[in-house]
Amino acid sequence: MNDLVAKGIHAWFGKRLVLEDVNLEFAHGTVTALIGPSGCGKSTFIRTLNRMHEFVPEARFAGQVLLGGNDVYAQGEDVTKVRLRIGMVFQKPNPFPSMTIRENVLAGPKLARIKVDDKTTLVEKSLHQAGLWNEVKDRLNEPALALSGGQQQRLCIARSLAVDPKVLLMDEPCSALDPASTLRVEETIDDIKHDVTVVIVTHNMQQAGRVSDYTAFFLAELGEPGRMVEYGETKQIFSNPRDNRTERYVTGQFG
Amino acid sequence: MSVSVLPTQPWRATPRIMATEAAGVLAALLLTLLTLRFTGFSGRLAAAVLFVAFATAISSGIEWRRRGFEAAQDAFVRAMLLTASALVMLPLLSILWTVVQNGRAALRPNFFTQDLTSASGTGPIDQGGAIHAIVGSIELVALATLIAMPLGVLSALYLTEIRGRLSGTIRFLTQAMSGVPSVVAGLFVYSAWVLGPGKGFSGFAGALALAILMLPTVARTAEEVLKLVPEHLREAGLALGGTQWRTVAGIVLPTARSGLITAGILGVARIAGETAPLILTVFGAVAINTSMFNGPVSALPLYVFGELKLGLDTAFARAWTGALVLMFLVLVLFAFARWLGGRNTR
Amino acid sequence: MSDAAVQPREITTSPRPSDRVFRGIVTAGGLTSLVVLALIAIFLYVKSHAVFTTFGWHFITDANWTPDDSVKMSTGHYGIGAMLVGTLITSVMAIIFAVPVAIGLALFLTHYAPHWMRAPLTLLVDLMAAIPSVVYGLWGFFVLMPMAINWSMLINHYLGFIPIFSVPVPIFDRSPFIASLVLAVMIVPIITAIAREVYAQAPRDHIEAAYALGSTKWAAMRAVVLPHGRAGVIGGTMLGLGRALGETVAVYMVLNLVYSVNFHVLQSAGGSVASMIVNKFGEATSFEVQGLMAAGLVLFLLTLLVNFAADLVVRLASKGA
Repeated sequence: MNDLVAKGIHAWFGKRLVLEDVNLEFAHGTVTALIGPSGCGKSTFIRTLNRMHEFVPEARFAGQVLLGGNDVYAQGEDVTKVRLRIGMVFQKPNPFPSMTIRENVLAGPKLARIKVDDKTTLVEKSLHQAGLWNEVKDRLNEPALALSGGQQQRLCIARSLAVDPKVLLMDEPCSALDPASTLRVEETIDDIKHDVTVVIVTHNMQQAGRVSDYTAFFLAELGEPGRMVEYGETKQIFSNPRDNRTERYVTGQFG
Repeated sequence: MSVSVLPTQPWRATPRIMATEAAGVLAALLLTLLTLRFTGFSGRLAAAVLFVAFATAISSGIEWRRRGFEAAQDAFVRAMLLTASALVMLPLLSILWTVVQNGRAALRPNFFTQDLTSASGTGPIDQGGAIHAIVGSIELVALATLIAMPLGVLSALYLTEIRGRLSGTIRFLTQAMSGVPSVVAGLFVYSAWVLGPGKGFSGFAGALALAILMLPTVARTAEEVLKLVPEHLREAGLALGGTQWRTVAGIVLPTARSGLITAGILGVARIAGETAPLILTVFGAVAINTSMFNGPVSALPLYVFGELKLGLDTAFARAWTGALVLMFLVLVLFAFARWLGGRNTR
Repeated sequence: MSDAAVQPREITTSPRPSDRVFRGIVTAGGLTSLVVLALIAIFLYVKSHAVFTTFGWHFITDANWTPDDSVKMSTGHYGIGAMLVGTLITSVMAIIFAVPVAIGLALFLTHYAPHWMRAPLTLLVDLMAAIPSVVYGLWGFFVLMPMAINWSMLINHYLGFIPIFSVPVPIFDRSPFIASLVLAVMIVPIITAIAREVYAQAPRDHIEAAYALGSTKWAAMRAVVLPHGRAGVIGGTMLGLGRALGETVAVYMVLNLVYSVNFHVLQSAGGSVASMIVNKFGEATSFEVQGLMAAGLVLFLLTLLVNFAADLVVRLASKGA
């Protein structure tokens, strides 16, 4: 059963088409990596999945995003409920600065007014999933900004997991982190993928190779909108790409 | 095939939702009218309050049915913010409207050509005018600018070019100076100049008081624009072997020129309408006084204030016209400064 | 730190004479604000110290202002208690009216209004700050007051049992309530300008994080934007308070100055130190002028205090964040 299906996704900023006709399916319990050079539309693509695309005033869209069979862009669909079920982790760690570690984990339920019976258990469970529990269990009431960058990013992952999303979108989650922290985040992704479908945008091809089951390669040719060039199992994309542009990209000849 | 796909904004309100909202507003209007008709409520205030209450309740209610409590709260807040914005816009529009409406009556050629020596302030509006006040205002503002502009720019230069130990203190004191009540500035000049070396009311005294009020505005705005001068320009000047003085005079100030003009105009707009300090320093007059160091001078704000105190219909008409001319000048200056400033940052 | 032997070499520069002159002039110019503030305090004190030595604290606490031209200062009586209390009442009420509206408007301008509407609306609000106070007074007297008298009667009718809304003598014009409404209209743009700036600077990534967790717009505002702007709004409020405390002409036109303390805010009797100075100035005797100088000094110190506090709040908060 596919959790999330993207059908014929197009995205515009004003009159400029930046993403053309992307079709992708994300199976439950898998990690899909989206790779490609900057400006290829991969970030725009994942922001259409949880309807963050529409925050740009002149944004336009066409296509369908099916979550459990329902189009998240359908009329009458509550966008806040959509984002509850499709979580997102951003490029820069962004824990809420005025909140403690514990409050950050509980921020989702609090913001969306979801009743939590046992907050302590939820905090512990979410931090465990994000692989952060052992590091912070004694300092839950310290401000979140006291953590290192890598810890902050895992806290953001814990915060997203605390509302129990079906899908977790990660927009270059390691681009602001050092190699050791990057490794910890990758381990975390490995741990959580049984509970939640992960879609990760990354610049780092080694990372895509390490964490993902499937890989999609995006490319925007000069003056053209971004398109998905090739999609397949990660092993196949890296060892035996069908398209020679993919091959040139994964072997580091451009990008 | 991709050509046939059209860009859409599925997050936009659909015509049906917009129709529902419009119907909600209409319903609120209807309910308001009915309430006014069949209960003891009456008057514009009641109508406004009832309409806001009904409209808020209806729009929150619609959201509650569509998407639940959270959305209802969201709609409620949105309605409150709209109300707050309307609460600010109403007095503003009311001020602009009434000043234009009431100011038209006495807006005649003689208002700009005659003074009040032959016609008293209470005489018919086709006699006498405010030329002395207009000329006085121009003199006062020009002299105040002459005093405040160099000092304000020097203050700003200290903060951006010297960056000495006193920077924090000076920024702090400039801020504090902008909070000095205008009447206190007037009282100070009265005690230090009018009662002392000035020997009585004079235009210069008024200009001093206005300069005190103008300086912080000029200094703060000038600091902002001087900060925008890229550091590499200064370094380029110094690296070419120029002295700091030549770098500032030849590179920094010319680069920031239009910004500095903006600072000056904002300062002028700040003081052009000041009344209280002038009452204490220039006193007011009925004719043009060409000397800035000898005897009372008039100014537009003083003219308005003086006519208002006379308490007669013709005097009120003159006061409104004075206010119209004054406001027109200030707003034109302000808009010009904005336009210049906007062009500068781009 | 084993190589303690290596000492940093001192770099000395001797600026050229032209630069020394330049730096001297700029520094002198930079000190203008210090000099002016000090001169204001000194001159007002020198011209008014007789008042303080004669009446002491009574100058501030007594409501009684009875000038007398005879030979000694003490044959008259000068006290600004009523004016001071009146100033605080109208200013605080103005803040109470203005702050929620300004916050609402600022939030609307930065996060709710359609994008095409933001620039023109912002310009309008800024224009409002540039309208001369004498125009506000004119409008307050002729347009607002007739309406506000009706509102006063309504409030008095329904809430008159609350002491501050009762009216011993049923005259409703030129009341502290009306003066505070005019002041509120005048300070809304000041508070809005600062609130707008801090709300606009609320970090985008935190707002997006809130949205990505499924929050509504209001929840995101409450979680991110409002806390981020809190210090700025407090600072802006204090600036508005400083402006309200010192406002003269507009208050003069819409407030009936009465030299006894009055807590009935709907009643046509109030106080304002700044307006009193203008009001008494015309026919003041030489002793009374000294009294006015003293009143000016008190007002000066009060607004200075409020502005310092505002600056401190903003600084502390921006350091903490």
